[in-house]
Amino acid sequence: MQEKVLMKGNEAIAEAAILAGCRHYLGSPITPQTEIAAYMAKKMPKIGGTFLQDESEIAAINMVYGVAATGKRAMTSSSSPGIALKCEGISYLAGADLPAVIVNVQRGGPGLGGIQPSQSDYFLATRGPGHGDFHVLVLAPASVQEMADLTGKAFDLAEKYRMPAMLLADGTMGQMMEPVQLPEPRDPDTIEKDWAVTGTKCQRKHHVVNSLYLSPAELERLNIERFERYAEIEKNECMWEAFMMEDAEVCIVSCGITARVSRNAIVEARKQGIKVGMIRPITLWPFPKAPLRKAADQVKRFVCVELNMGQMREDVQLAVACKKPVDLCFRVGGMIPSPDEVLDAIRKANEGGND
Amino acid sequence: MADHQIVIAGFGGQGLLFSGKVLAYAGLIEGRELSWLPSYGPEMRGGTANCNVILSDAPIGSPIVNTPNVLMVMNNPSLDKYENAVQPGGKIFLDSTLIARKVTRTDVEAYYVPATKMAMDMGMPTLANMILLGALIAKTGCVREESLADALHKVIPARKADLFDLNMQALQAGKEFAG
Repeated sequence: MQEKVLMKGNEAIAEAAILAGCRHYLGSPITPQTEIAAYMAKKMPKIGGTFLQDESEIAAINMVYGVAATGKRAMTSSSSPGIALKCEGISYLAGADLPAVIVNVQRGGPGLGGIQPSQSDYFLATRGPGHGDFHVLVLAPASVQEMADLTGKAFDLAEKYRMPAMLLADGTMGQMMEPVQLPEPRDPDTIEKDWAVTGTKCQRKHHVVNSLYLSPAELERLNIERFERYAEIEKNECMWEAFMMEDAEVCIVSCGITARVSRNAIVEARKQGIKVGMIRPITLWPFPKAPLRKAADQVKRFVCVELNMGQMREDVQLAVACKKPVDLCFRVGGMIPSPDEVLDAIRKANEGGND
Repeated sequence: MADHQIVIAGFGGQGLLFSGKVLAYAGLIEGRELSWLPSYGPEMRGGTANCNVILSDAPIGSPIVNTPNVLMVMNNPSLDKYENAVQPGGKIFLDSTLIARKVTRTDVEAYYVPATKMAMDMGMPTLANMILLGALIAKTGCVREESLADALHKVIPARKADLFDLNMQALQAGKEFAG
């Protein structure tokens, strides 16, 4: 067991990636995720790894594609506008069935937006960030400990299902420091990858990494097979945390920093006798529909607390099949709701909402 | 031990984030629940900078301190910004060399420490933050005194290790001033 240390969320992601065996980081600084690139720049050369500051985000993601094709663990990171640029390459990774980890420490948008925290890339991440029919795994940490734990998990899941994984954090999670127990170091090269392009040494048939299929029948088959794999993931890999849900009559749904704020509001509301709990999705894709569907039979209303105009609310509405109303409590542009604002939304929901 | 919701604010360059880190590392050493959240962005260059530190014995929800019960301020704009946010009964520590005005609220405890003047008199003009922090720790008991040496060793980068003694002296001076 490693000793607890104090780290910024961004640093915890970088160190956890290294401990998970990632030796190739391709990326560049952008607020509020700059510490990831800075940490990798310092550490990678010392451990025989690669830190390469890209000339553009598109270059970085395509270098990730190159590393991933050889079966090595590759990571890139950026913040919202930079992630938008990487989307072309993410689609190619998905099309070539390559694992990789992409970190998005979100800031306010659209456009160049601002540099303060946001969750407004929810749609971008969960609907398949790029062209074509595909998904990436999306993991949303809500503590520095989870930043570390989910980074390793993202690499593992990406390899298990041969697809990109996105760690979706926000500026607050990236910048804050908390005690964290880092995982033990691992050597991922012990895992057999019978698809990696590593040289045949004239001993085996070529492995081919490619996303171009000119035969419609073949491309259709590959798309359908990929979605069969996605169905497996939706069945097996959903992660969430339930907080004070046993007797809850109002259910908050929130992830990342807003789940932390909501926790304060829930504790306060409970003191006032309001039966409220929270389901915090940890995987945003696959979205934990089952616990929400179950909660819909128990609670009066749902309240989504988000740093966007209600993007996750759509997933909650789909999950509960409109059985119960889903309210929205939001701030955008880099603003974060106070626990009192969330408490107000809880009170309103408890009294029957606006309809 | 009480839950300490701390805001430390002033100009960028006054060592405010550093002061917060000293508290955070002391909390880590004591095995407490804690969070440290800095302001980030263009306001750090010449404008106001701040950090939020929470030290608690219960798991911490939001790391954002909206209503501090401990406020440490090193410039006028920060006092103006945060004075009304302080919880009733809270404590405000201010550098009275840099902040001319008094705290107007009567439901909080104000401590006026001429930290910048003391630091200059002691020949360590950049350590006013640590003098003020020493007073804060003495009056709030938010971390234990015995944790401070270890905390400082963790926060001071190796290339500046020679500054350890001065930092300890500054903390001590603040503690003695607070009485």
